[in-house]
Amino acid sequence: MLLGLATAALVLTALVWVLAWPSLRAGCTRARARVRTWRAELTHGPHATGELDYDPGRERRAEQRARALLRSCVNEHEWAMYRDLGFLRVFGRSGARYAYLIYPHKPIVAYVPRTGALLSEYCVAFPDHSRPYGSARLPDSDDVLAKWMALRADERGLIADANMHLPGRQVDPQRVRRDLARLVAWEREHDESMPRATSARTTRKDDIAHDRAEDMPHAVGAGTRGGSNVHGEREEMPQAGNAQHARHAGRAAGQDRLAADNVRAA
Amino acid sequence: MKLLRMKPGHGEIVLVEGDVDVAEEERELIEAFRRELDAGMWAAVPIQTTDGRREAEMVQSFAEVPRDAERVIFFPRAAGGAPSMGLSDTAPPAPARPDTAHAGTPSATALL
Repeated sequence: MLLGLATAALVLTALVWVLAWPSLRAGCTRARARVRTWRAELTHGPHATGELDYDPGRERRAEQRARALLRSCVNEHEWAMYRDLGFLRVFGRSGARYAYLIYPHKPIVAYVPRTGALLSEYCVAFPDHSRPYGSARLPDSDDVLAKWMALRADERGLIADANMHLPGRQVDPQRVRRDLARLVAWEREHDESMPRATSARTTRKDDIAHDRAEDMPHAVGAGTRGGSNVHGEREEMPQAGNAQHARHAGRAAGQDRLAADNVRAA
Repeated sequence: MKLLRMKPGHGEIVLVEGDVDVAEEERELIEAFRRELDAGMWAAVPIQTTDGRREAEMVQSFAEVPRDAERVIFFPRAAGGAPSMGLSDTAPPAPARPDTAHAGTPSATALL
């Protein structure tokens, strides 16, 4: 009985071994190959030398993607401005009384469009600490888009997060003045080349008018710091659709009080 | 709806894409959304107003994303750049916005 069981066990073991041997051998071969590869990577691979795979076209492709994304998010006028001048101008929530220049990977520069006076630099960055390709910097156009979105959606929050400096700390004021002059010339040229009825400038004027209209309730909400001015400006609000009037009214309106604070601080 | 994330050295990547009206896909969108906010990202929704203006909205939870939004863009949280000179209390030029108290500084835990 015992001899029979032992024989059966032996036969069964031999059978299993014969059947399993090919797959066992293949598994061992794969494991050895994996170990070899792993060792080679450890001794000679990019991680051993601290280098990442260098792809000279990566940044270029990244920037192209980023530009396409920026273009899909901003309006035609803003896209053309960025494409031609290399920066974006965004009006503050109070309409045309103050505006920002958004440069890639440089501080946001606040200025008064009416006079061209520079107010301050807001140094803000969007570092991606995961550093997927070794750098924490977004592509240029992504950086501009991030600033644009944050300014449009929550201007005050972004400004609060930024470090404020007087003009000239990081961005050369002469350069900014040159850029402002370029912007004026560009807008003049751009407006002449675009049909007025459908021009992006109309959209921009509408933006300003809309900003002013939109801003009034907010300003009233913050009326403890300047209620009388705010009410006065609201009475001057132009009829809807008269964007040109809105712009001039915006210019004629008093300086933004906080912008004025900046000027005084300067 | 697409969830996109800005990435250094790459441009944007599509994290997940789905239809919010399909329960399973919506669940995936919500999970991806939560993952990104937990990773410290900000989320913005580019929108076009009825009069054609381009705007953006910062959102802190998936419930705040308009149902018809085509994209949500995640980007790294803003950080001050060069050290301040201590004048930042004079900095904010914008009037208060009572409707959105710090909508742009979403908390990673303030989710659904």
